Amino acid sequence: MKYDFPDAAGHFGPYGGRFVAETLVEALDELKEMYEKYRLDPEFLAEFAYDLKHYVGRPSPIYHAERISKHCGGAQIYLKREDLNHTGAHKVNNCIGQALLAKRMGKPRVIAETGAGQHGVATATVAARMGLECVVYMGAEDVKRQSPNVFRMKLLGATVVPVESGSKTLKDALNEAMRDWVTNVSDTFYIIGTVAGPHPYPMMVRDFQAVIGTEAKQQMQEMLGRQPDAILACVGGGSNAMGIFYPYIEEKNVRLIGVEAGGFGLETGKHAAPLTAHSPAGVLHGNRTRLMQDAGGQIIETHSISAGLDYPGVGPEHAWLQDIERAEYVAINDDEAMQAFHTLCRMEGIIPALESSHAVAHAMKIAPTMPKDAVLLVNLSGRGDKDINTVARLSNITL
Amino acid sequence: MSRISNTFAALKTQGKKALIPYITAGDPNPSLTLPLLHGLVEAGADMIELGIPFSDPMADGPVIQRASERALAYSVSLTDVLGMVADFRKQNLSTPIILMGYANPIEAMGQAKFAELAKAAGVDGVLTVDYPPEECQEFVGLLKAQALDPIFLLAPTSNAERVHSVIKSANGFVYYVSLKGVTGASHLDIDEVASKVAAIRSQTDLPIGVGFGVRDAATAKAVAAIADAVVIGSRTVQEIESSTPEDVVENVKRLMREIRAAV
Repeated sequence: MKYDFPDAAGHFGPYGGRFVAETLVEALDELKEMYEKYRLDPEFLAEFAYDLKHYVGRPSPIYHAERISKHCGGAQIYLKREDLNHTGAHKVNNCIGQALLAKRMGKPRVIAETGAGQHGVATATVAARMGLECVVYMGAEDVKRQSPNVFRMKLLGATVVPVESGSKTLKDALNEAMRDWVTNVSDTFYIIGTVAGPHPYPMMVRDFQAVIGTEAKQQMQEMLGRQPDAILACVGGGSNAMGIFYPYIEEKNVRLIGVEAGGFGLETGKHAAPLTAHSPAGVLHGNRTRLMQDAGGQIIETHSISAGLDYPGVGPEHAWLQDIERAEYVAINDDEAMQAFHTLCRMEGIIPALESSHAVAHAMKIAPTMPKDAVLLVNLSGRGDKDINTVARLSNITL
Repeated sequence: MSRISNTFAALKTQGKKALIPYITAGDPNPSLTLPLLHGLVEAGADMIELGIPFSDPMADGPVIQRASERALAYSVSLTDVLGMVADFRKQNLSTPIILMGYANPIEAMGQAKFAELAKAAGVDGVLTVDYPPEECQEFVGLLKAQALDPIFLLAPTSNAERVHSVIKSANGFVYYVSLKGVTGASHLDIDEVASKVAAIRSQTDLPIGVGFGVRDAATAKAVAAIADAVVIGSRTVQEIESSTPEDVVENVKRLMREIRAAV
């Protein structure tokens, strides 16, 4: 049967949907209508493709990480180099799509939430280019962890608002951005950075990110004459993973592996891996999905070394792909991700984002168990320049 | 007829409007919720909206979010909130209690179990901020089966078609959010509210409550002139926040009396 999700109301099986206060309903109706109008519009798609090529620098290459493959002594590891995009991560793909939509809807102001700062930087970048006012909400804790990205956003003309409520991380930034949107809904477009939030966001962000998987399919065919045995991507909200998974969903012999943040280890409870930990379903940030929560339904604080994965929920489509067993989800702990980070730096000359290092780590874990002609494709979703302070601190180095 | 409908009917015969204060259960600490509930009734509240604390209250402003944080510091759970309502009912069988909160604590308890326990505790209505009617038809059925009133929000952005579809699921009253934004925001345009309330009234016989942005006796009076109920949320919580545990009940009662006199 053909995979055809979400349904018209944005549901992926029991997940997804549109769980918002009444104040946002009209705005979401308008967005849904506009997105449906433009998603197949040739002129819109041509403009999107032009920007991806000439501004972002797509297609991003696929690189055979030969030394690491040899080091692991099993499957061949290939990297989809989203880190080489303008702004240094996959986030910009989606921002361009949504900003083009904002322009067509006549909204002069865009807002965004950000965790690691990559989505904030991408939003600020696109806003600068299109002359839109830009406000980015970022948890106060993340502002500290990701100071280079905060400065980047400011250089690009964005206002960065540190969010002091709750756990002061990504989920709180999302709460605050939603509040801004409710208040300024008539002139403001909310650029959500991941495949979560109320319908149509999970679908729209996935569609804009699907360029990653679409390119990979063609590139793998050209390079190897075949598709990989497995595709690996890190999952916080899960936009880079959905982007590379989605075009492969019907390719049933390609394993799809989402790598969540295991933090200090699943057994410690201090992680950000709701799917791997089989957390129960619940409602947060406008959609039903699997959520890290206590027995009373309060959202609990998560932990990950990487700000971009430090989120208690996950995109609803990932929850669905796990339920229907089309994708597998695993967790990689902080220390394993750090090790992969250093290995990739030293053996391939690539400084990966700590988020992406989780996916690399899992590839290095399973490669030795596979034959030498097996192929693993890892979505290297971002570069690690933003993480050098974190890495230095954890290595007891003063910059 | 439900306790909510009865209350509205009785007020109507007296030519009065309903005053509905909001407090978060467990704020400023769990032992003060019961005295606050009784104090509000003494000071003239006709119904009470009791907030279920939630870690991520997205539709609320900073004032009500801090109230949730204070309650959660005492680990106040949905079960605890229902216990507080049951305690309130030991002395008060007439004042309707409307629970207001977010979907996740209800889903964690289980919708059916929640409906059953809420009824048993003496709850009258339930407003779940992030359950628009189209996402919670099963829940609406469970509430109605327990004779609990599902309360829904309408917003300045809700067009006629939307109003029509929302009120189909509503019982008790409808809650008109008088401005765009979160709870406790400023600037309320009375003329705009009046025309919107009139538009809603043309589609339903349900009483209409107005809230979000009612800050003082003067706005309460203006809102009471056009609506059937005035909801005072952030302003009440602000009073709790700025009081000490010793004087909080008296301060909240004084505020309610002032507003009662105006409504």
